[in-house]
Amino acid sequence: VKQLRIVDTSVRVLYHSIFVLSLYFLFAGHNQPGGGFVGGLTAGAAISLRYVSRGVDSVRRAFPVAPWTILGSGLVISATVAIVPLLLGESVLEHDDVTVELPLLGTLKATTALPFDIGVYLLVLGLTLMAFEAFGDDPDDDAAGDEPDGVTT
Amino acid sequence: MIAILLLHLVVGTVIVASGDRLGRRAFLVAVVAPAVTLGWAATQWSGVIDGAAVEQQLEWVAGLDLALDLRLDAFGLVMVSLVSGIGLLVCLYAHGYFSHPGPGTARLAGLMTMFAGAMLGVVLSDHLLALFVFWELTSVTSYLLIGNDDTNPRARAAALQAIVITGGGGLAMLFGLVIIGEAADTYLLSELLADPPTGGAVPAGLVLVLLGAFTKSAQFPFGSWLPGAMVAPTPISAYLHSATMVKAGVYLVARLAPIFAVVTVWRPLVLVVGSVTMIVGGLRALRQHDLKLLLAYGTVSQLGFLMLLLGTGAYKIAQAGIVLLLAHGAFKAALFMVVGIVDHEVGTRDVRAIPKLAGAWRPVQVVAVISAASMAGLPPLLGFIAKEKAFAGYEVATFAGADAVLVVTVVGSILTFAYSARFVLGVLGRMADDEHRLVDAHPHDPPVAFWAPAAVLTVFTVVAGVAPVVVDALVQAATVALDPAAKPSEVVLWAGFGLPVVLSIVVIGVGTLLVVARQRVSEAQRRLSAPLAHVPSTEQAFLAGLKGTTTFATGLTARVQHGSLPLYLAVVITTVLVLPVVVLVRAGIEWPDPVDAAVQIPLVGIIVAGAVGAAMMTRRIAAALMLGAVGYAMAGLYIVQGAPDLALTQLAIETLFTVLFVLVLRFLPPRFVDRSPAVVRPFRLAVSLAVGAAVFVMMLVAAGGRGDVTEPSVSQEMIERSAPEAKGNNVTNVIIVDFRGLDTLGEIAVLLVAAVGAVGLARLGRGRRSGTGAPDAPDGGDLVGATEAGRES
Repeated sequence: VKQLRIVDTSVRVLYHSIFVLSLYFLFAGHNQPGGGFVGGLTAGAAISLRYVSRGVDSVRRAFPVAPWTILGSGLVISATVAIVPLLLGESVLEHDDVTVELPLLGTLKATTALPFDIGVYLLVLGLTLMAFEAFGDDPDDDAAGDEPDGVTT
Repeated sequence: MIAILLLHLVVGTVIVASGDRLGRRAFLVAVVAPAVTLGWAATQWSGVIDGAAVEQQLEWVAGLDLALDLRLDAFGLVMVSLVSGIGLLVCLYAHGYFSHPGPGTARLAGLMTMFAGAMLGVVLSDHLLALFVFWELTSVTSYLLIGNDDTNPRARAAALQAIVITGGGGLAMLFGLVIIGEAADTYLLSELLADPPTGGAVPAGLVLVLLGAFTKSAQFPFGSWLPGAMVAPTPISAYLHSATMVKAGVYLVARLAPIFAVVTVWRPLVLVVGSVTMIVGGLRALRQHDLKLLLAYGTVSQLGFLMLLLGTGAYKIAQAGIVLLLAHGAFKAALFMVVGIVDHEVGTRDVRAIPKLAGAWRPVQVVAVISAASMAGLPPLLGFIAKEKAFAGYEVATFAGADAVLVVTVVGSILTFAYSARFVLGVLGRMADDEHRLVDAHPHDPPVAFWAPAAVLTVFTVVAGVAPVVVDALVQAATVALDPAAKPSEVVLWAGFGLPVVLSIVVIGVGTLLVVARQRVSEAQRRLSAPLAHVPSTEQAFLAGLKGTTTFATGLTARVQHGSLPLYLAVVITTVLVLPVVVLVRAGIEWPDPVDAAVQIPLVGIIVAGAVGAAMMTRRIAAALMLGAVGYAMAGLYIVQGAPDLALTQLAIETLFTVLFVLVLRFLPPRFVDRSPAVVRPFRLAVSLAVGAAVFVMMLVAAGGRGDVTEPSVSQEMIERSAPEAKGNNVTNVIIVDFRGLDTLGEIAVLLVAAVGAVGLARLGRGRRSGTGAPDAPDGGDLVGATEAGRES
């Protein structure tokens, strides 16, 4: 894979920052612009930068688990949040909130909407990784450079 | 009660999990479950007979008001005694039957235990939906039991037929149960009985429920699966397909009859179906040479009889039905065991080949004769009492058609007498002829342990017949449990001289004539059924229906999923075009203010330029980038309108999409190439312009759509309730994760499916390419390949 130094260097700087931004979107979403969906897309954008700079193998190495595991666990988390209230006698997706006093950090308020949003985040992230898994291979590797141009749209 | 159900599940699972290690000893392990159940039932006996039902409730899905409501009343006790009593004896019998266990024999014991648990669930459930779940579990375990010998194609086909018919009926029943439950506002059987629902939908619901009951209890015309199910080993047939599972339909009908018999559709449907089943089953039983098939058709006939008794809603007739339930369970299980013994030791079930047997066979023959006599309704056996009570009940019944049904039951009983006699003659070896005689027949003598379970059942048949007082209290209490208004009479052997006795004499007399003249009868049957040979049997109708369904599905798929991308696109676009236009022609257009803010002008300029550019470009990458420009400018418009969340999402999506676009485009030729003939181009242009215009008009109408609505917008309420109720200040996110959270759940599920599908398609195309070495047409070609692969599989 060809590498451009300027792209490579800026991606090194940006990659983690964008990822942190995506986490911010995820956690701030309930009160400020953001949310699991936007967060997941932003994380996907970070990954696409990594892909552009260092190729699909680097993307694969970036996560210790397979894309479909991330994808599936996202749905499992969200579905669990949806179903558990049903088992406790409430309606589907009934959310509850807790307020915890943390030393040094102050008051932390969280609702069970957060794990639901985390599920959405993981699913969108997994979706992006799946896309790179599916189409990210270098077409030249498949000896597909000389394709017929007989394709209608 | 829940512990009892769990016990069955645990014992069954342990046996299945142990594989073939246990061999036939698995049946001795399985005995634990019915033995414990019987012991528990004995402790509840006196209380339940006195009318105090045992109830237990387990919260299940509280949010949907789903609970596991279990209730044991006296009728439930009758069924529990049947299920566990016969289950215990069948387990002991199976231990003798499988003297040479093969692979999968132990699994039969485990599945049988699970089945028994499911069946207990059916008869103990007070909640209609829980009953349905257990009902379907019995279908599933029955499927596995029939098809246990998975190397035998006949067993697989029979199992499939059984589950398709009973499962289909079960689905219909689910709809029916929901209709009834919603109409009554309760799903509890005990509450339904106290307060029957009325209303227009109830008859439709009942028809659907009856459909389920008819398929399960092998009523005409759904009975074809039961004779097929006889490929299962004989202990299984004895247990599931005569004594217990097939009675589930009768059980449900018995439960519902006192509640719904007054509804117009109920009696005609139950009585006609039951009558036809009883007569047709009896006639077909008379024609069988295979003892097991004879019993199978006999069971179909008796199930029709039970329908006629338990489905009328008249308690006097229902009481006869309860006696027949007990009697039938005892004699039919014993008779099946006899068939199994003959099959096992002699090596044939064909009445023309069974030789005269003596010596150690005497007890088996005694069991066969007494049980068959009970089936034929001879005194002083339990079957006789049941039949007498049935005649007596129909004699005084007042509903329309009762007299006709009485005639049907008499004719059916005559046929029953005739095929019972045929069975006895066959087992005794009196029907053997030289043509079919086994050449090297060396019948073994059956060991005592093999026939002992059947003998126990026969002892019950005799004792309960001679001294009905042993079942009297149970039968009376069960009658009251079905219908609290019932005043059941005592169960006695001799109820005095009257019409029932006369009818019994007629049955025995005509039946004897049929037996004596059996050669002529079978001749006549052959002659009479000859013209019917062209009429398809229910079995053939089922197979034709199955084949027709797959043929239709294949044809439809071939037409709808033709694989041409341009055609798919045309269909989608035309739908988008036509459907909204139908609505749009009636709605007026309200032009909004053209410009809110000055910054909108350059943004719209970018959008227009980008859109036109994307359509003009000949390089694919350039077109994709133009679309990206459109997207970013749209995000700008969202910011101007004060929707930061929307803008943020749009920006993120646009960024990601551009990258993904580029990824995919690398696999395509760099430029658009149009090979289609020139004549279609103006047509395409017209379609595109029409779509654009339609969307434009649609947006205008939608934007002005709230103009004449006076109520406040729904978003107003969402904004108000966001912070106090959902503890969130960002109403957009609150809507996504809370107010409309279920939508989000559905959407992300779709995303997941799409992602898996995309990877699958991409891999499929790639695999083919590297496999053949010749590059395929990458986009259309891959999709066509994928759909074709899907069609073939």
